[in-house]
Amino acid sequence: MSPDVTLEWGMALVPELLLLLLMMLVLFYNKLKKSASPRDVGLLTAWGAFAILLTAVALSFSATPASAEAMWGGMIRGDMATLVFRVIFLSALIITALLSIDEERLQRGEYYALLISATMGFSLMAASSDLIMLYVALETASISSYLLAGFYVDKELSVEAGMKYFVYGAFATGVMLYGMSLLYGITGYTNIYTIGGMVRANAGGISPELNGVFLISAVMIFVGFGFKISAVPLHFWTPDVYHGSPTPFTGFLSTASKAAGFAVIFRVFTSGAVGIPNDTSFWWAMLVAIAIISMIVGNFAAISQTNIKRMLAYSSIAQAGYLLIGVVTFTAEGAGASMFYLLMYAFTNIAAFGVIALVAKDAGADELTDFNGMSRRSPYLALILLFALLSLSGIPPTAGFLGKFFIFRAAVEQGLWWLALIGLLNAFVALYYYLSVLKYVYLYPTDKEDVPIPVSRSAWIGLWVSLIVIVYLGVFANSAYEWTQEAATAFFALSG
Amino acid sequence: MIPMSWYLIFSAALFAIGLYGVMARRNAIAILMSVELLLNAVNINLVTFWRYRTPDRSVGLAWAVFVLAVAAAEAAVGLALIISVYRNRDSVIAEELDLLRN
Repeated sequence: MSPDVTLEWGMALVPELLLLLLMMLVLFYNKLKKSASPRDVGLLTAWGAFAILLTAVALSFSATPASAEAMWGGMIRGDMATLVFRVIFLSALIITALLSIDEERLQRGEYYALLISATMGFSLMAASSDLIMLYVALETASISSYLLAGFYVDKELSVEAGMKYFVYGAFATGVMLYGMSLLYGITGYTNIYTIGGMVRANAGGISPELNGVFLISAVMIFVGFGFKISAVPLHFWTPDVYHGSPTPFTGFLSTASKAAGFAVIFRVFTSGAVGIPNDTSFWWAMLVAIAIISMIVGNFAAISQTNIKRMLAYSSIAQAGYLLIGVVTFTAEGAGASMFYLLMYAFTNIAAFGVIALVAKDAGADELTDFNGMSRRSPYLALILLFALLSLSGIPPTAGFLGKFFIFRAAVEQGLWWLALIGLLNAFVALYYYLSVLKYVYLYPTDKEDVPIPVSRSAWIGLWVSLIVIVYLGVFANSAYEWTQEAATAFFALSG
Repeated sequence: MIPMSWYLIFSAALFAIGLYGVMARRNAIAILMSVELLLNAVNINLVTFWRYRTPDRSVGLAWAVFVLAVAAAEAAVGLALIISVYRNRDSVIAEELDLLRN
């Protein structure tokens, strides 16, 4: 551990430092400028996040290969994988901010400051290569998310969502932390890649009797990560929290939080820190079982839902199952496919929740029947919802089709054709409930025909950008897919 | 010197009490206290491992300090959420939070 803080180390954290700066600006904006319009603080967040996204991408071009080395005493890895996840989180932040601008109750500096600090936490989670850093980053993100879920302090549903999210979240993090402390106890190190290297070389005096402890810590750590990605059996909070939270934040939670969970799963589980990743280990079987059960439970529970936010919550549990297929292949190809899926999922799900937020604001509720006749009221809004749902169910020409295709292909190439088959069958089940929403939107009559749903300009921008990305990634996926593939190799580069 | 296993058994017992508390207690404040027990069990683990396994590197101690700081932030947020629940419902009993269900 060298104590010299170089410029390169600083550069590696520039996006997070800028996010911190933006958070301060947003918090004090209304205090400094009394004449500000209530929309300003959201616009500031969206523009600021956009500038940070451009900076992060621009910096990645100038970075030397050495930046992939461990930095800050082994706490951070500024590799390609970090960059891909940063792009996912910052895109999610921009679109969420655009969709929140005209929600009167969200026009407060605290809301945007918490969104930004959650983004910062997610971003650091993806970059961290040390258990301590990982824990602190995860809690930064979680604590902000608890508050955001309960942000409507005078609304019983939101408060209840925040409370439930907090209780389950604190519990899952506590269990995860205990698992991490065991890992530190066995090996004496906290750096994920150092531990992974020790496990691989079987050095450091790890006796075979300790294998059981490794297993316990792997399971306990997965409790925390599985909670983040809402995989079964750690999914019970998902429908309640998605239902009760402010809707624009639900979109953010369902995508950014899930992506961050997968980022840390890739870091910890592929590094070998909890045992060499191959298909003979117990926890490999555990992950496969969780993937299958998540898909089945998520999809079948979604069918009977009458509230669209709950339905999409169960759908997001199923999506965690598909994404886990990419994890259990333990190849750069599978990881890259999952990262591509997370990228397109961010735009897809935020667009879906954005449309729901607008409809729910107009109707005052978010039941499926509130979507009756939407295509005649606002055809373009219905079109965006159509593409988002097609992408979620995996129908070309949307990005969701290629996302599922890449994941299943990676699984088949590893000989896991049966897992890909289960995923495919589940995708057909999912088709049923996604398309039944469109039945409400396009077929059912409403007493408010020809009354358009009010949509602000910033919300339009957010939704159209999402739609363009969904279609673009569905048609010209090559460059994005190669980019995530290249990034995924970083998870398997074990040096440093 | 007291053997390491004593501390680890103590920590595991504390962790088990915390787990039981989170699952069995009805009052949200008691659940919050049980979560704190989980984190304190972790801290005992960390400090024990530091003392017995890596006394020359302070990594375990540093981690324990981070856990303390984060636990304080978490408790503040948890209490804030409990207060906002209380203002809405005049109750902090976890089972009575049942508006969100299938």
